[in-house]
Amino acid sequence: MKKTFRIGGVHPHDNKISAEAAIEIFPAVETAFVSMAQHLGAPATPVVAVGDKVKVGQVIAEPSGFISGYVHSPVSGTVKSVGPRADIAGNLVPHVEITVEGDEWLEDIDTSDTIVKEIPYTPEEILDKVKKAGVVGLGGASFPTHVKLAPPKDKKAECVILNGTECEPFLTSDDRIMRERPQEILIGGAIMMKALGVTRGYVGIEENKPAAIASMTEAAKAFPQFEIVTLKKRYPQGGEKQLIDAVIRRQVPSGALPIDTGAVVQNVGTALAVYEAVQKNKPLIDNVITVTGKCLPVQHNYKVRIGTPMSKILEVAGGVPEKAAKIISGGPMMGRAIANLDAATVKANGAILLLTDEETRRRPESNCIRCSKCASACPMGLEPWLLNKLSRAGGMYDELEKERVFDCIECGCCSFTCPAGIPLLDMIRISKAEVMKILRSRPKK
Amino acid sequence: MTGTILITVACLVALGLLFAVVLYFVAQKFKVEEDPRIGTVESILPGANCGGCGQAGCHAFAENVVKAPSMEGFFCPVGGNPVMTKIAEALGRAVEEKAPMVAVVRCGGTLASRARTNEYDGYASCKVMATLYAGDTGCKYGCLGKGDCEAACRFDAIHVDPVKGIAVVNEDNCTACGACVKACPKGIIELRNKGFKNRRVFVSCINKDKGAVTRKACGAGCIGCGKCAKTCPFDAITVENNVAYIDFTKCKMCRKCVEVCPTGAIHEVNFPPKPKIEEKPHEENV
Amino acid sequence: MNKLIVSPSPHTHSPESTQSIMRDVLIALTPAMLVSILASGWSVLALICVSVVACVLLEFLIQKYLLKVPVTVCDLSAAVTGCLLALNLPPNAPWWIAVIGAVVAIGIAKMSFGGLGQNIFNPALVGRVFLLVSFPVIMTSWDDAGSMFGVVDAFSGATPLGAVKEGLKNGMTLSQITADNLTFSQQFFFNAGGSAGELSAVALILGFIYLLCRRVIKATIPVTILCTVLVVSGIFWLANPEKFTNPVFNIFTGGLLLGSIFMATDYVTSPMTTKGQIIFGIGIGLITVFVRYFGSYPEGVSFAILIMNCAVPLLNKYCKPRRFGEVKK
Repeated sequence: MKKTFRIGGVHPHDNKISAEAAIEIFPAVETAFVSMAQHLGAPATPVVAVGDKVKVGQVIAEPSGFISGYVHSPVSGTVKSVGPRADIAGNLVPHVEITVEGDEWLEDIDTSDTIVKEIPYTPEEILDKVKKAGVVGLGGASFPTHVKLAPPKDKKAECVILNGTECEPFLTSDDRIMRERPQEILIGGAIMMKALGVTRGYVGIEENKPAAIASMTEAAKAFPQFEIVTLKKRYPQGGEKQLIDAVIRRQVPSGALPIDTGAVVQNVGTALAVYEAVQKNKPLIDNVITVTGKCLPVQHNYKVRIGTPMSKILEVAGGVPEKAAKIISGGPMMGRAIANLDAATVKANGAILLLTDEETRRRPESNCIRCSKCASACPMGLEPWLLNKLSRAGGMYDELEKERVFDCIECGCCSFTCPAGIPLLDMIRISKAEVMKILRSRPKK
Repeated sequence: MTGTILITVACLVALGLLFAVVLYFVAQKFKVEEDPRIGTVESILPGANCGGCGQAGCHAFAENVVKAPSMEGFFCPVGGNPVMTKIAEALGRAVEEKAPMVAVVRCGGTLASRARTNEYDGYASCKVMATLYAGDTGCKYGCLGKGDCEAACRFDAIHVDPVKGIAVVNEDNCTACGACVKACPKGIIELRNKGFKNRRVFVSCINKDKGAVTRKACGAGCIGCGKCAKTCPFDAITVENNVAYIDFTKCKMCRKCVEVCPTGAIHEVNFPPKPKIEEKPHEENV
Repeated sequence: MNKLIVSPSPHTHSPESTQSIMRDVLIALTPAMLVSILASGWSVLALICVSVVACVLLEFLIQKYLLKVPVTVCDLSAAVTGCLLALNLPPNAPWWIAVIGAVVAIGIAKMSFGGLGQNIFNPALVGRVFLLVSFPVIMTSWDDAGSMFGVVDAFSGATPLGAVKEGLKNGMTLSQITADNLTFSQQFFFNAGGSAGELSAVALILGFIYLLCRRVIKATIPVTILCTVLVVSGIFWLANPEKFTNPVFNIFTGGLLLGSIFMATDYVTSPMTTKGQIIFGIGIGLITVFVRYFGSYPEGVSFAILIMNCAVPLLNKYCKPRRFGEVKK
């Protein structure tokens, strides 16, 4: 029987209309805008000045804290400016603007297609290489990968789970890389297993990607330490906690870290980035971005250098159709609506999705009919209707804490499923932020 | 028949007496001793329980003010000076007069002067919107117009004007309790001196962007040009982070700054209309 | 280009809406309505129409002119209440009974609590129970309204449950009463006598299957109620088959199926969690059996559901769903 997680979940239409579009190399741009906040944690500190010449792969910013990361130049050229620029939400974030001149790579980067299977490095060397390459989790949270590969001393990792679920509707970038570069992904996984000192590995893939499953299974014949696990199609299977539950039947207790179950989850895209970082010395400077939407005549999967403006990508993809009403960075369930199309891509961008008004417009809110569909859908076993009520009452933070609002993973199942169109997640999100603030300010025992 | 009625009446009367006695003794036994002055102070307070004083409510205010050695640190913004004087009298203390305050919305980016660049389709709350993104205009400092202040106000004193698209204070109702100041996620609302005859001069903008950026986003924004600061004869205006601020303790309301402001970001309210010179329109578009 | 829409995630929505759910309930009720129309003639259709129109109109008037809130009759919830109310009336009840029932159901049980989603009690049931205690004669006379189309030989007189109660009161034993009573297939496919919606178990079960397939309801509540009735009445029946009716008879007669499938599963007035729903179902089953065996009314489903409705807020408070991470390894 196919595995899946045990609580909640919904079944949105998967709409994988771009699955058959092979990865295309996105043409070079004239100017790249590289954000300094491409990872969870503190923004990186730029180490280049205006007028500096940079090569592809050169470090242009260094981490400014433990949870932070390196940023590399995705292009070669001259630094035009260093300063604030608006991100997709319109908020100002430090950027380095580089005028592109040619495509000159750093010498030690292996740009060939040869697959390097042997891993001659010690775990420390791997961690260092991953860190220096600026690899972050490409599943969406952009958590620095080297931090995740170095669990606290008292925690013991037992297995690595590669996340190839891609449970968000529309997205196909992980599907494509699993079809096109299965070996590299598995080597990347093996590198991470070596870094963690574990011998068991899984790749979780949802059943709606048979081609990816076939290609990964074929590749895994050379990697006996990996088991390809076919999972039922169900959102949010790609959530870290849900995936651990689905694959190894362990649930992360409230307040604990996923590592407490012994599992380290990494996205397949991250595995590929780790492979390139460790075996090819190539830092994370590009990623595969799905450009899709029912209103687009042609769907694409582009390999795009980081720092390319979204508007440029859409232009190359054929322009924004008149019908498109909302453009989303990411999938329709957890992606972020883009307010500023001039914003540039960052490491964790996986998709640009165009939705029409009918597809995305929220319906007017009506009374809660207490159908409890939200509670059935919540993968964390919370009661969104109750959290919504408490949140609207205002100031009920003790009750919200008791109802474990902080466990919410913001997957959107509740809002998705609500027949009355109540913005449950909107309300939960603001009270979650308040409760987290209170929890953090509380002295630790 | 009569017998039944009599027995019923007798029973009920007996029960009533019994409960009365029990209740009397319970009341005596569990009597809570409270400083009678707390009740007095509470009766003077307006009883709005708005929390504007920083206490949990009017009763808490009364309790704490009675306990405290002086009136320092206690001020009921709703009742204002008259109430504070009365309380001080009741407690036999002295109290300093405080200038009455009023909430001021420091954003003049009306729908006419600040073009909408996208359409927000989430829950109508400034807080939700502010967590999500910079806002539906080019200005990421301005009023979002979703009415969190309106919802927080207990005195019906602040409303989002449907034509202007920004929050507008009704001065007559405003008690300067500060609820809206806390509710605004953009920190636009400020409590300012109510001023002589309610007359005030203030910079109606908090946009910290560079002048050109501000200008592009909003026709009524402060571009930080500093003309007002140079003109001000009383050193009341400071320009910091590309935005001017008028210190109301220093401002003598000469209104010279209003005249020189190129964008009309400095507002004057409740002044009699000036002869000859037309009042500067706030919605001057660029 | 148009202005882009920006909103928090999720950016997509399931096609299900309050209206579509209510529409599904109406569709699920259709077989039962058809059976009663076939059995008792056009008068039932008229009754259903009057009841639905009265409920919808009343909700419209109250929202528009009394409460001055947005009118939401398009969500079809009032139509569902109207249908259920009509199906809870005797097929030959006069039309004004339906109107009074609608006033109580919509006006008192639903709108005075704040409209859809706010009511504590199932509106249709409140209407029915109000009518039952106010107009006992009309509400319990099951005269043959003239079975048109000649589909069945509808017989006049009391409901099976009523006949049993009456007989027991008169000192008869069950075997005497049921000597010429219904066969199983009669109970299952059609048992004449009873409220408009109670006539055919198979029609109700068809509706139940439809609701399950459309994922409108979960089977938890109906199954718990039926199991409880089966077990509890089974125990009594084994103890004294001459005094207590058998479990199968209990399940397929009276309003138990209608009540457990369509009334007890009403979203608004049933608990939110599976745990709560099981307790709710057991409660309804127990009260039903006890009212039927020991109460003065022959039928107890309505009372059982209304009584358990009171317990819903408490059940919601104390029955929490299984949280993620709380599972034993």
